Amino acid sequence: MSALLEVRDLQVRFDTPDGDVEAVRGIDFDLSPGESLAVVGESGSGKTQAFLAIMGLLAENGSANGQARFHGEDLMAMSSRDLNRHRGHDIAMIFQDPMSALNPYLSIEKQMIDGPMHHLGLGRAEARAHAVEMLRAVRIPDPDERIGHYPHQFSGGMRQRITIAMGLLCEPEILIADEPTTALDVTVQARIARLVGDVARRSHMATVLITHDLGAVAGVCDRILVMYAGQVVETGTVREIFDSPRHPYTRGLLDSIPRLDRIDDTLHAIPGNPPNLSDLPGGCVFRERCDRAFDACAEPPPLFDLGEGRASRCHLEDPS
Amino acid sequence: MSAETGVMRHAGRRLLGLVPTLLILITIVFFMMRVAPGGPFDAEKALPPDIQANLEARYHLDEPLIQQYFRYLGQVLRFDFGPSFQYRDWTVNELIAQGFPVSLTIGGLALVLSLLVGVSVGVLAALRQNRPTDYTVMGFAMLGISIPNFVVAPVLILLLAVYAGWLPAGGWEGGWTRLVLPVITLALPVIAYIARLTRGSMIEVLHSNFIRAARAKGLPGRQVIFGYALKPALLPVVSWLGPAAAGLVTGSVVVERIFAIPGLGSYFVQGALNRDYTLVMGVVVFYGFLIIVLNFIVDLLYVWMNPRVRYGEG
Amino acid sequence: MAKAEHTADAFEAALTLGDVKGRSPWEDAWHRLLKNRAAVTAAIVMAVMIVAVVVGPWLSPWDMDYTDWDHTASPPSWANGHWFGTDAVGRDILVRTLQGGRISLLVGLVATLVSLVIGVTYGAVAGFYGGAADRLMMRAVDIIYALPFMFFVILLMVVFGRHIILIFVAVGAVNWLDMARIVRGQTLSLKRMEFVEAARACGVQGPDIIRRHIIPNLLGVVMVYVTLTIPQVILVESFLSFLGLGVQEPMSSWGGLVADGAQDMETAPWTLVFPAFFLVVTLYCFNFIGDGLRDALDPKDRL
Repeated sequence: MSALLEVRDLQVRFDTPDGDVEAVRGIDFDLSPGESLAVVGESGSGKTQAFLAIMGLLAENGSANGQARFHGEDLMAMSSRDLNRHRGHDIAMIFQDPMSALNPYLSIEKQMIDGPMHHLGLGRAEARAHAVEMLRAVRIPDPDERIGHYPHQFSGGMRQRITIAMGLLCEPEILIADEPTTALDVTVQARIARLVGDVARRSHMATVLITHDLGAVAGVCDRILVMYAGQVVETGTVREIFDSPRHPYTRGLLDSIPRLDRIDDTLHAIPGNPPNLSDLPGGCVFRERCDRAFDACAEPPPLFDLGEGRASRCHLEDPS
Repeated sequence: MSAETGVMRHAGRRLLGLVPTLLILITIVFFMMRVAPGGPFDAEKALPPDIQANLEARYHLDEPLIQQYFRYLGQVLRFDFGPSFQYRDWTVNELIAQGFPVSLTIGGLALVLSLLVGVSVGVLAALRQNRPTDYTVMGFAMLGISIPNFVVAPVLILLLAVYAGWLPAGGWEGGWTRLVLPVITLALPVIAYIARLTRGSMIEVLHSNFIRAARAKGLPGRQVIFGYALKPALLPVVSWLGPAAAGLVTGSVVVERIFAIPGLGSYFVQGALNRDYTLVMGVVVFYGFLIIVLNFIVDLLYVWMNPRVRYGEG
Repeated sequence: MAKAEHTADAFEAALTLGDVKGRSPWEDAWHRLLKNRAAVTAAIVMAVMIVAVVVGPWLSPWDMDYTDWDHTASPPSWANGHWFGTDAVGRDILVRTLQGGRISLLVGLVATLVSLVIGVTYGAVAGFYGGAADRLMMRAVDIIYALPFMFFVILLMVVFGRHIILIFVAVGAVNWLDMARIVRGQTLSLKRMEFVEAARACGVQGPDIIRRHIIPNLLGVVMVYVTLTIPQVILVESFLSFLGLGVQEPMSSWGGLVADGAQDMETAPWTLVFPAFFLVVTLYCFNFIGDGLRDALDPKDRL
């Protein structure tokens, strides 16, 4: 199957008073219709900025390079008018913080009907009915009345579900969700995951789940992209990554997930901090924190292709 | 809580707060005038004692201070500011009734003009942040804040009335063209201030996450700005409207004088220069009352525009 | 708040390692201020203006109320030595403008100082003691705030006569409200900070904490507001003088000169233009310096 979204050598940099910050340093990946991809990394790994760049939503001091072909059209090269035909229509994004992603001065109704009216050509009443249905689907009680309310009148969990409903309104081909369920309790998380899964299956929607929590990915996604300091350090299917992580960083992440099937109850945090992106050290960026670093790590490792869609950016994989 | 109860409850609370403000206003004005060295009739040649006594009795200046105070308070509550000292045949009420509509016309037009121009220019500058348009607009806005209206007025008269002869230099009777220069003069600093406020808050709003989320919906830029960003960006402007009105009232004093407009401001300055106590007191209390009421209305408008206050927090 | 988040995610990546070189916030602010060309230019112009106004009148061959009967209403001229011209009774506009500047700037500085002392004390006390005292004090500020300030100043002038000392006091005493509010807000947030709690834990008394810890930390905001209050005060004084309620002859400030000039502007526009120009330049410069200081001390407003 041909890729829905092909990202090639995506780079994002920010011009800050303390110099240039390279937030994303050349990432590549493909996304197929119906596929569910998890992008995992610590905060500051560039995972959010990469997708904001694809959506054309970087902050003003940010700039992006590279390609992101959606159905073969490069989103990065598009005018904002052309980009607007896709944004919210066939590519939707759900933002991290539901408190600030909803406009506090407008009713939920106003914020939900604009998109469908614009993209799908629905009338006001139709758009409202559609929005009410979507709110019902994310389990907002009494949606017909509550759609007229303002964001501050909902609880944090409900606001999160409203943003998810908003993302699904136009039945996009790609749904990018940035830490969508962190504010929700576990049962609701599962329900939302199921809802998104249903929509995905029905309309063959691809999903991207951006998260810092590798544990949240299992059972939800097909494939994982592990990011560190603005680069992809490992890719593979969920099963492969969980069963046989290849990169020391991925292994560290897995060790730091609390698990029920382990005897010892200590959590293993990765020592140290991620590097300063405005002043990167030479060589492998993970070297300082890596327990298996050796001489070769003074050189930056390439992403070694391990076959069958797996790859790892570590000198341990060097076949030579 | 419904919208109406939210606004009403707020209104009630604020209305109660108005009472002490008004009382203090009246009290300060009264005692300031009474502790003034010399009475209103001192400036003229010494009057015969019996006439002096007559005059004082007429204006109740012979009563004990505290009695005068309560008499004045009672009068003011009935909106009766007494006779003018200077314009002997007029009551202060009559002077206010004659001057205020004139001042209101100019002030109201200036406020509308300021909002229209100030907001549009401010939004424009915000959208072109740190580009030539922005710098130009902000440079002019700073100039608008820095040039006092008593400098703007003569310069405008000199250029547009005296040299170019396009507009009349002053006066009141005779067509709308007489309104142009006074209204522009009065509006300029307010335009400048509103432009700066709008620009600042618009920039802040444009950087907010909810605008990024709105842009992620693929709506046209116009719709994002006018549908999503403008309302929150206008809130600081709305809350500044109270001080803006006060500024317009103050400005009208100078503008009316320069353009020879028979508004309340002109009477006030005349009264101040002639020590016309009742007139000055009456105008200060009247304007104080007006500004307090305007602040109250603006406050309600702000609450009405802000759903977080309107429907209560939570 | 929204902006903080916006910046937060732009810097998210940058700040993960905290090994940024240690620069003091004052040094940072100074560097930002020097980069602000408008503010630097304004400061230079202002410095020149102050020197001219202070020194100028001594160097001039004329006194401000000397009447040169040979050259009444003379346009600006090199030949007769009246560079800015003379007014209808032959007084030199240049020396009058400089003298007027002395009064205007003096009023600006002194009245600002008055409002500074009242405002900072009031605000710091209210913010530091908090509770009922704070509520009462701020309620009082709210009430005064709602009063038509300009009319009170005029009232004061009417009642107590037009003495220059009174102008200082009147303008200063009415202009302290903003200062009090800002200082209170800052104090409230400062007093919750650790170094103040530490001082308190060591048994330092209230007034000493205010003097030693709160006031020095308020310096930044206060500086900004002082630079922005000076032009306001100058404006108020000129306004009064323009109406004939300010300083009295033979003294004159820029406002009074503009009023005189406006009388004769059709026949002798230079009598209006020069004092007006000086006044506007001064106000413009102070506003730019104030803006620049604010941007430098509070950089988040610039992004």
